[in-house]
Order: sequence, then structure tokens, then C-alpha cells
Amino acid sequence: MQFKVAGFALAVGLIAVPAFADDTIKIGYIDPLSGGGASVGEGGLKTFQYLAEQINAAGGLNGKKVEIVGLDNKTNAQESLIQAQKAADQGIRIITQGNGSSVGVALSDWVTKFNDRNPGKEMLYLNYAAVDPVLTNDKCSYWHFRWDANSDIKMAALTTYLKDRPNVKKIYLINQDYSFGQSVRTQARAMLKEKRPDIEIVGDELHPLLKITDFSPYIAKIKASGADAVITGNWGQDIALLLKAAADAGLQTDWYTYYAGGAGGPTAIKQTGLSHRVFQINEGLPNSAPAAAQKFETDFRAKVGIGLWYPRAVNEMRMLAMAITQAKADDAKSVAAQLEGMSTEALDGDPATMRKDDHQLFQDIYIGSFGPLDPGAKFDEEGTGWGWKTQGVVKGADTILPTTCKMERP
Amino acid sequence: MLQLVIFSTLNGVLYGMLLFMMASGLTLIFSMMGVLNFAHASFYMLGAYFGFEISRRLGFWPSFFVAPLLVGALGALVERYGLRRVHKFGHVSELLFTFGLAFIIEELTQMFWGKLPVDYRVPPSLDFVAFRLLDTTYPAYRMFMLLTAIAMFVFLLAILTRTRIGLIVQAALTHPDTVAMLGHNVPRIFMIVFGVGAALAGLAGVIAGPALVTQPSMASSLGPILFVVIVVGGLGSLQGAFFASLLIGVVQTFAVAMNYSLAEAFGANAPPLLGDLWQVTIAQLAPIIPYALLVLMLILRPTGLMGTRET
Repeated sequence: MQFKVAGFALAVGLIAVPAFADDTIKIGYIDPLSGGGASVGEGGLKTFQYLAEQINAAGGLNGKKVEIVGLDNKTNAQESLIQAQKAADQGIRIITQGNGSSVGVALSDWVTKFNDRNPGKEMLYLNYAAVDPVLTNDKCSYWHFRWDANSDIKMAALTTYLKDRPNVKKIYLINQDYSFGQSVRTQARAMLKEKRPDIEIVGDELHPLLKITDFSPYIAKIKASGADAVITGNWGQDIALLLKAAADAGLQTDWYTYYAGGAGGPTAIKQTGLSHRVFQINEGLPNSAPAAAQKFETDFRAKVGIGLWYPRAVNEMRMLAMAITQAKADDAKSVAAQLEGMSTEALDGDPATMRKDDHQLFQDIYIGSFGPLDPGAKFDEEGTGWGWKTQGVVKGADTILPTTCKMERP
Repeated sequence: MLQLVIFSTLNGVLYGMLLFMMASGLTLIFSMMGVLNFAHASFYMLGAYFGFEISRRLGFWPSFFVAPLLVGALGALVERYGLRRVHKFGHVSELLFTFGLAFIIEELTQMFWGKLPVDYRVPPSLDFVAFRLLDTTYPAYRMFMLLTAIAMFVFLLAILTRTRIGLIVQAALTHPDTVAMLGHNVPRIFMIVFGVGAALAGLAGVIAGPALVTQPSMASSLGPILFVVIVVGGLGSLQGAFFASLLIGVVQTFAVAMNYSLAEAFGANAPPLLGDLWQVTIAQLAPIIPYALLVLMLILRPTGLMGTRET
């Protein structure tokens, strides 16, 4: 008899679980947690979990706790849609994703259609790193918000910086063979033609996404081309292994990258010995950041054990928290209405604005180079003793590009 | 240009030899037992993970010798207590058995070591520049990989041609039924061949682990290429597997270096319906070239380059 009572209590307990779920705001983190993108996907998950803990420690949002639910998409668009459906079935109304624009475009499209079919249950897609410009142009959606500067903005900043580097004469482009990589190469060609017509493009490579484990053949080709600089949008293992192969072959070129700072990248740069010749574009660099951001970085490193690759994730979660508190609600419709046009201070203390027309955040963009730490600089990466040094800043206002987005609003 | 040719050749031969280390075991197993071993690349992965785990505790050199032996023992056990039982139900059951085994090994690996790549480093004693040629350096570890592969090839060849068991294995390659009728203990030979094949794959894993990436997907990404090697090389031919491995390694590496596209050959204006195809370079096609070779070989010469039998 006692067993029966215990069993009944257990059953009630199990049934009661979903009732508790109302006290939490769940955010579905749909990114690679296995395969070639896993190293950065894991780092992202830890970052969001840390940010959620911070919010919860400060009392949560409207009295509710925030929980991050990790969903492995294997950097695959179809798998992502399955995970998104799974999230929807669990009652998750906010999803976030960053690695892979092919995934980003599929998710944005799916969320838009889902919301059309399920009025009252709308979902929100917060994008922290998928930077294909189409997401805020031709394929923009009211339910999609992007915190990372899009690829065109980044390329504009990189090429502007290249204007003042007259020693660069021959450039090699190597990118991943999918929507984002293709957009990087097209923009690089167009913008270099405009800003540095004297630069010769000596190679233009597309390689399979996250499949290559040995880049030596590509490095031999770059070497043979006589390039003095390489531009690449590679991320995840594709940038770390590319740099590792460059180190093995002793390739001496400048590197203009989007994501050299991700997992394994700094270690590989140190191996190449290219001091302050590998550049990365980001929305914040810890060594030149104001005190508040440096304190955040220190705490983050102490707890999570990696450098903060995604200051944009901090901006995303802070703005989401603001939107939810201001709206006094956490449904997608109310939150989206708050996020549109929101202006705030980014982690690095710079003004940031979510443009209403296309849901693209505009913020200051930093160009950093990687090398031995200057005296007084606090943060090195991956225990290499080398760190990022700010080489240039592009003000948010100067990064604004027109958009072709014609948004359908609910 | 010269530089590109030299280093592409080196890289291609190295990749080819690595393929051969795995394909040699696979082709022996396939020819003798008729089992297309889907789990063969999994032994390669296990080799890399065992190598990582042992070198973390005891150093690289102990792991270089111990890990392949462990993998070989595991392979022998799989044959003795798994495959041999399934054998009587025919080839389809054996195929399904190894197919399932590959998934189990992958999942188990993920459970033990996680889904992320492990930090399997080149040992410090081999972490230097072997030589510098035309301003490009070549790492010593790659030379070491190349030498290990060559040493293994010589060793295997010596065993097959100079020892008694090698003779039996060779005989079994071409006439498995006759060998059994002569009274040799064929099941035991099967077990040894399977074990040695697994150990060779394990050895390939130990040395490839630090240079490539040691991660749970390494087996499934390499597995299909191995089937290409044994089909192109020809059933029952170790030499065939050797040349096919080198061919695929070199072709794939050189393809990466080539930028020719149809647009370059016939002018920039693509005919209708061929828009995208017109711009695709040989470099972009590199990953599918081995499979194209597989299909062509099966159509034009089903016995492979040096194969002597059709079944």
C-alpha cells in the first residue's frame, strides 16, 4: 500500500513538472555540439549558460528564471529544423543560433512560417553570429534579430583598414563553400576593387565546409601563388586547422580573418610565429575595453575557462533581458516589439542600436591583431602569452549600409 | 610551380600511404572472408583515441607500440566472438554486423571521450622542422608518418611472401575454398588476419591522430574512401590496394591545386542550364573525384586495377 502511495506521489510529481516550467523562460540554443563546428558551438553554449546564470543570480526576469536548452544541430540545416520543432514542442518560444548562415537562413524561414501557422504561439529567433547579409536584406524576417555585424559590414571595415597597408599587394581568398563563404569572396572582390584597385587577387578558393582535416594542399597552393596576405571568413575547425597547416609549412603572410580568435585559433597563430600579422574583426577586444567590460571578462574566464569570443552574446542577452522587463512579458510578440529600434550601451561601452528596418544591430567594430602582450595588457588567449591588440575602430555610425529589406509586420 | 608540385607530391603520397595502412587490412579481410568490413575505419579511430589516452599517461612512444596491439586484440576478439558466429548466416548478416559495430564504436567513443576533438598533440621529440625547401618547411612529424607507413608496407610484404602463414594467406586470397580443403585451420587464419588488419588500422590512427584531428567523426569521414581504394585496387590484390591508395592520395591532392574550370577552357559564357557548373573548378571537385573513379571503375573494369577475381 505504501508503495502505491509513493508511486502515486511520484506520478503526480512527474505530471506537475510542466507546471513549474511556467516559472522559467527557456531559450533553445541550436548550434553544433558535435562534428567539425562543435568546438565553437560548445564555447557558445557555455557563454549563454553563464549569461543566464548571471540574470538568475540578479533575480531573473519578471520573477522567472532563464534556462538555456542546448540542442545539437551538427551544423546542418535540416537537423536544425528538427531541433527547432523539438524546441517548439517543449514550449520554448525563444531560440538562438549563430554558427552557419545556411542554418540561419533555414531557421529564419522556418520561424516565420511557424508563426504564420501558429498565431498566439509565436517564436523568436535571436541570431548572434550567422552573418550572411541576406538575413537582413532580401530574406529578412520580423522574427529574426541579429547582433553580429553582417559580413558586408565586416568586409567594409577590413578593406578600409587595408587602404592603409600599402605593403599588401597580392591577396589570396580562401573560404568555406556555402552561402556565407561565397558572400565573403564576392564582397572582398567588389570592395577591394573599389578601395585598393592596385591589389591583385592571386587566388580564390572555396573548400568544403568543416570537412577538411588537413589543409596542407591548400597552404602549398597559397604559397605557390606568391600571396602576401590571405582573407578568410573561415570559422570553427576550418580556421584553426588552416592556421595550423600554415604554421607547419612556415607560410609567411598577413591574415585578415573574421574568426581567428575561436577555439584553437590562437594556439595555431602562436605556432605560425606571425606576430601582429593575423587580424580579426570583432565587436570588442578585452585588452582595450573599459573597466566594466574587463571585469566581466575576468569573471567570465574564471568561471568558464575560455576567453569571451562572443561579446555579441552578452549584448544579445542584455537587450533580451531589457525587452522582457520593459514589456513585462516574455512572449515573442511583446519582446520583438521592444527589441525593434532599441538603443543601448554595448558591453564595450559603445552605443548600439537595433535598426527597425531590418533588425540588424549597429555597433562599433574593432580590428585587432594577435601578438605578444603589450606591457599592462591583461588578457592572453589559450595560455599562449599572446593576446589581441586593437589596431583600429570603426564607429557604429560609419558601418551603416542600406538594406533592401521589406519586412512583413504582424 | 616546382614548389607546388614537390609539396603536393609529398602531401599526396603521405595521404595515400595513410589510406594504404587502412586499406591493406580491409582488402585482406574482404578478399579472404568476403566480409566488407564497415567497422574498419572505426578501428582506425580507436587507434587514435587509444594512442591519445596512452600517450597522455605514458608518453608517445609506448602508445605507438601498445595502442595498435590493443586495437588488434580487440579486432581478433570481434572476429572470434562476433563475426565467426554470424558467419554461418551468410554475408549479408556479416555486413550488417560490421555496419552496426561501426555505429556502436562511434557512440561508445563519444561516451568516453566526448563529442569534441581531443587534444592529441605531436610529441615534442618529433615537433621540429624536417627540412626547408624553396622557402617552405616540412614538419618532421609528417616525415615520421611517411616512414612508418613505408616500414609497415615492407613488413607486411615480407610476412606475406617470406613466411608460411603468409603463403597460406596469399593462397586464401585467391582460392579460399581450396585452402580450407587442404586442411588448414582457416578460422584461425581469419582471426589472425582480422586482428592484424585492425592493428594496422589502429597504427594508422595512432600516427594520424595528432596530425589530423582526433574526433568521433573521423571514422565515418574516412570509411567510404577505403571502399573506393579496395574496389579500384582490385579484389584480392595487396599491390592493387597500394597503387590505388597512392593514386587516390596524389590525385586528390593535385586536384586541390588546380583551378581549371569549364569557363576557363571554353570561355566565360556558359551555355543555358549549365550556369553554375561552368564555374566549378577542379579544386572544388576534389572531394568527389575518388567516388567518380569508383563508379567508372565498376563500369569499365569490375576487377579493379590489379584484381584477379570477380567474386
